[in-house]
Amino acid sequence: MATQHSRSAARLMMAPAVILLLGWMLVPLTMTLYFSFKRYLPMRGDSLERGLDWVGFENYVRFIGSSSFWPSVQATLLIVGGVLVITVVLGVLLAILLDQPFWGQGIVRILVIAPFFVMPTVTALVWKNMFMDPVNGMFAHLWRFFGAEPVSWLSDAPVESIILIVSWQWLPFATLILLTAIQSLDSEQLEAAEMDGAPVLARFFYIVLPHLGRAITIVILIQTIFLLSIFAEIFVTTGGSFGTRTLTYLIFQRVVDSQNIGLGSAGGVYAIILANIIALFLMRIVGKNLDR
Amino acid sequence: MYLKTALGASSALALCVAATAAMAESHATTITIATVNNGDMIRMQGYTDQFTDQTGINVEWVTLEENVLRQRVTTDITTNGGQFDIMTIGMYETPIWGANGWLVPLDNLSEEYDVDDILPAMRGGLSHDGTLYAAPFYGESSMVMYRTDLMEAAGLEMPDAPTWEFIREAAAAMTDRENDINGICLRGKAGWGEGGAFITVTANSFGARWFDEDWNAQFDQPEWAEALNFFVDMMSESGPPGYATNGFNENLSLFQQGRCGMWIDATVAASFVTNPDDSTVADSVSFALAPDTGLGKRSNWLWAWALAIPAGTQQADAALQFIEWATSTGYIELVAENEGWANVPPGARTSLYETPEYQEVPFAQMTLDSINAADPTNPTVDPVPYVGIQFVAIPEFAGIATEVSQEFSAAYAGQQTVEEALENAQALTNDAMEAAGYR
Repeated sequence: MATQHSRSAARLMMAPAVILLLGWMLVPLTMTLYFSFKRYLPMRGDSLERGLDWVGFENYVRFIGSSSFWPSVQATLLIVGGVLVITVVLGVLLAILLDQPFWGQGIVRILVIAPFFVMPTVTALVWKNMFMDPVNGMFAHLWRFFGAEPVSWLSDAPVESIILIVSWQWLPFATLILLTAIQSLDSEQLEAAEMDGAPVLARFFYIVLPHLGRAITIVILIQTIFLLSIFAEIFVTTGGSFGTRTLTYLIFQRVVDSQNIGLGSAGGVYAIILANIIALFLMRIVGKNLDR
Repeated sequence: MYLKTALGASSALALCVAATAAMAESHATTITIATVNNGDMIRMQGYTDQFTDQTGINVEWVTLEENVLRQRVTTDITTNGGQFDIMTIGMYETPIWGANGWLVPLDNLSEEYDVDDILPAMRGGLSHDGTLYAAPFYGESSMVMYRTDLMEAAGLEMPDAPTWEFIREAAAAMTDRENDINGICLRGKAGWGEGGAFITVTANSFGARWFDEDWNAQFDQPEWAEALNFFVDMMSESGPPGYATNGFNENLSLFQQGRCGMWIDATVAASFVTNPDDSTVADSVSFALAPDTGLGKRSNWLWAWALAIPAGTQQADAALQFIEWATSTGYIELVAENEGWANVPPGARTSLYETPEYQEVPFAQMTLDSINAADPTNPTVDPVPYVGIQFVAIPEFAGIATEVSQEFSAAYAGQQTVEEALENAQALTNDAMEAAGYR
């Protein structure tokens, strides 16, 4: 049991890390808030040294009033939702498969996890040039081999392609967490159900899936946090064209392409609000699992 | 004991030598250069050691794809990031950045450098108020590159100055879907300097323009609809699959693989498609001026990839030395000596086009003619308030045109109609121009 003295010492020792982390978050957040109320167009000669003009909520009104805003929110939710569904469903299936004893299990597990260690930019480049290229890509060759017309993945099915690429990258994470969870399942429970004559599907839905509830919640929560800011895969493959411009990408375009830092910052504040709404929603609906 | 002392002394000596070497190393000047991943720049990187040997200045390269380079250098210069000592920029950025005082003026170039030898079109485009702010590494216009064998098989003959109608007919005649040969490969990739640049020059030749004299967007005018519909129809008939995602490098690769009958793009590509080491069709390529529709404007642009020194650099002298080396006649001769005249960086210097050996290069004259046919101060059929052929030289253009070209790419991909794309382009351009205070 911690004494008053040791608790104080612990606080003192943790203080630098906490202050650093707070600063890490607070400084950019404050700057984003500050810029969002300013006119800041560096290409027009605006700079911090010369002082920036206060514009009130003009940037906020313009950002939300832009014809690109709602489509970008929609694209964000579509991509996040798509990836979550694919990674959770396939993650559960893969976890069950990898839990079975078979020859070469160790190597297969490493191979399944491998995509997670590849940088997002590299992943996107590999998919774009080696798989999805409509002339030289592997899929194009495969399609032609079967006498079909190759598909221009990134322009004909852009959102689906990005969901596919991102899912490929995040599937190992989901699989890993779910595999760990499945390994903690009491085998006697399953054996008992089997002896009682419960069919495979019933055992899966009534025993395995409820047992995985917590792990699935963690997968959804962590992945959502990262997927809301998905960027590299879109940047490399479609550059935000064809309806793949997510909110993050729109903010990037406003700041970098249009060099309108005030407008982009207002977008950043909207993104924070959206992320918090989703987080609250998730914590309430899905996060209940964690209390049980 | 004696051995121990000797060992100790020699270790101390070795440490001293290592420390001195490290100090010398840290004092050597190193410059960082941001550049685009085009063939001529990659070639220049191969010769950098010679520059280091001559001057003792080390060079670090950051090589990026065109769209990414623009974003990186723009962010660096506007935030005064100071990551680079030399930036590869073009005719769009140079006058704007020069006017903002973000670039070091190149007004003390040495006499041997002969600044007057730079082609007037390039000097003009890289200056602001008569001061040169960037030195052209190579200059380019755009022209038609075509396969003579396919043209012959189609029973056609390419005129020196073709019309768009002829190009469309020839493309259809050369298309052979069974054998993966597309009549024509053109840029459709979003990005103001990629597909945006190409459709702008095409539209110029159809009589369209970005803005009228009061800065009103013109995408609701019939000329734009005509140009865009023509482009989309021709590319659906004879273009490669997924052309909406193809930019310069993608099309270069397709042409080199023998999958394109024609390609209208930067004149600088001529050296890559005629180089037998890289191109499978090197011996059957010929050139023509970019097409027109008889309205008096051809669809060719004017561009220079140039080297500039950001004002915040600590290594301005070393950077200037590098720029003089890389854009001098000496560098051109160095490349000519090692790789032949066809591979030297083109379009920057008058003297190059007066060199007898270079005059024998098959694309030399066509490149010069194309550059001379481009007039950035008078780019469209109807008058406009802006300078620039494939761009509008205002700071807001990069942002607006990137979004407009995204709308167009979506139309190329069949996600929306040409009319919808133009409607969206019109709305977003007028919005942005209003916000910027032009209207």
